[in-house]
Amino acid sequence: MNWSIIIESTLEAMVTKNAVVFALAAIGLNIHYGYTGLLNFGQAGFMAAGAYGTGIAITQWGWTIGPAALFGIVLSVLLAFFLGLPTLRLRADYLAIVTIAAAEIIRRIVKSTQYSEVTGGSGGLNGIGRGFYDNNPIDSGLDLGIVSFSERELWFMVVGWGVVVLCMVLTYLLVRSPWGRVLKAIREDEDAVRSLGKNVTWYKMQSLILGGMFGALGGIMLTLEQQSVQPDQFFTPTTFFAFTALILGGAGRVFGPVVGSMLFWGIIQFTDVSLRQAIANDHIPTWLMDGVQAGQVRFIIAGGLLAALMIFRQQGLFGNKREVALDDH
Amino acid sequence: MTTDAFDQVEPRPGSPKRDTILSVDGLVRRFGGITAVDVDHLEIQANAITGLIGPNGAGKTTFFNLITGFDEVTAGTFQFKGEPLEGVPAYKVARKGLVRTFQLTKALSKLSVIENMKLGAVGQVGENPFKALIRPIWGNQEREIEARADELLKRFKLYEKRDDYAGELSGGQRKLLEMARALMADPEVICLDEPMAGVNPALTQSLLQHVKELKDEGLTVVFVEHDMDVVRDISDWVVVMAEGSIIAEGSHASIGKNQAVIDAYLGTAHEIDLGTIELDPEKH
Repeated sequence: MNWSIIIESTLEAMVTKNAVVFALAAIGLNIHYGYTGLLNFGQAGFMAAGAYGTGIAITQWGWTIGPAALFGIVLSVLLAFFLGLPTLRLRADYLAIVTIAAAEIIRRIVKSTQYSEVTGGSGGLNGIGRGFYDNNPIDSGLDLGIVSFSERELWFMVVGWGVVVLCMVLTYLLVRSPWGRVLKAIREDEDAVRSLGKNVTWYKMQSLILGGMFGALGGIMLTLEQQSVQPDQFFTPTTFFAFTALILGGAGRVFGPVVGSMLFWGIIQFTDVSLRQAIANDHIPTWLMDGVQAGQVRFIIAGGLLAALMIFRQQGLFGNKREVALDDH
Repeated sequence: MTTDAFDQVEPRPGSPKRDTILSVDGLVRRFGGITAVDVDHLEIQANAITGLIGPNGAGKTTFFNLITGFDEVTAGTFQFKGEPLEGVPAYKVARKGLVRTFQLTKALSKLSVIENMKLGAVGQVGENPFKALIRPIWGNQEREIEARADELLKRFKLYEKRDDYAGELSGGQRKLLEMARALMADPEVICLDEPMAGVNPALTQSLLQHVKELKDEGLTVVFVEHDMDVVRDISDWVVVMAEGSIIAEGSHASIGKNQAVIDAYLGTAHEIDLGTIELDPEKH
């Protein structure tokens, strides 16, 4: 067992691409679910809106990154309107059904051959935002001994975590305000909020839009990091990874989704590399599992760990136990 | 204005009031084949306490839902201060000054008691998401709201609980909180749906006192209640519903003697405690 490789890749997974992308997606879900009680099971759709909006604007229309990213965000706002208008008046579970379907519709549309001239079909779009790395002001990598980063990685981390911190600050400012109070009250009982003169449907729409915009930012960061976008990155499990990160960190807490995302990808990477190491060093016999299967088994083990966490620490890492105890009433 | 307001009012269904704040005409609500509410005419006297009673299933809560915009009428019109209210969404009804509470208390469990109270205030600039970002814009208003909330909490004997989660309060305290929170919305008319249900008798007395004080402050109170002692104690006027319609109106004394009311209670609701209705022994 080469522990330094295990630790290095775990640490790396906790701070690079996926951790950033899913932190943003989970911050959005935190607005939806953690604060407003909206069950959005289609966060992948909002991520796709951001990613494809940016990708299409850059590759098809030759826009620069800034306006293209803005276009991706505008698309996610339109998506929120489109989903919210018919469903936000209805009971919470309808939104869950509609959003999960909408995200799948989006993925299948961008994947279809019909629009492949614009969306790239199942191959997706490539060569997006070369300007992102061209403008990298960092000219040397960073070696921290146990883990090292290239200048490209560093540049992405600076921008990515910068966006994450910005979104966290926004979330913090909003949830401590009277606006945040209305959202939390809607989560508890929307009729009570209505009876106090608040336009509940409109607040739910605002929440859906804001959380969707954070999700779109996740999609945009994903696109910029890999300089490409593929439709199957926005399959349904993407939403549930973000949800898992949120629950793991603690819903309804500003730091919850961010730390949750780091831990989630840390756990996934740790189990993956550990298993591969164990197999390579004959600690696990090949009749039980081979290196290819490790990729699947990591999710099984990670799932088991998360289930255990939910049993022993329902509120997640940052959650408030006193609040969770109130759910039984 | 006190009970005198009813001196000249005939004790019959739909009788006109001296100073009407809320009036209802031909109000019908059907659920499929069932007519839940069918009220020809009803006027509610301003600055008085009107009790709405009736056997289970009489349509009292549905009536509340209709006038506060929580349910849509099948037919009919109603006016609040002369302004038509049918089709107006619940939140706008509340902003106009017609605020309700619920039979099943809706304390917002994971908000503290003080946050519950502050939510009730209307016209908060910080409830706009853009202005919410900058505390100086809403900080002063927030402090004023908090001061008002603290005052109400003291009055309702909830001040010691102000930083507890509402979900940690007892059932009776939640009723108190809900009433206090409704007052934060500055209502002119407050509709209380079974305010005393589940409240222990010791607390009932103080709750009743609060309701009476509301009238002294100029509010109009409409409340649904099953406990006839409560109805007798605080209501200036009693409206009786049965099977969706108003079958009687009057002072609580005249209601107890009303044959239609006795028939409605004894004929349709066998589980009702007979001891809670004032029956005139001379007539039986």
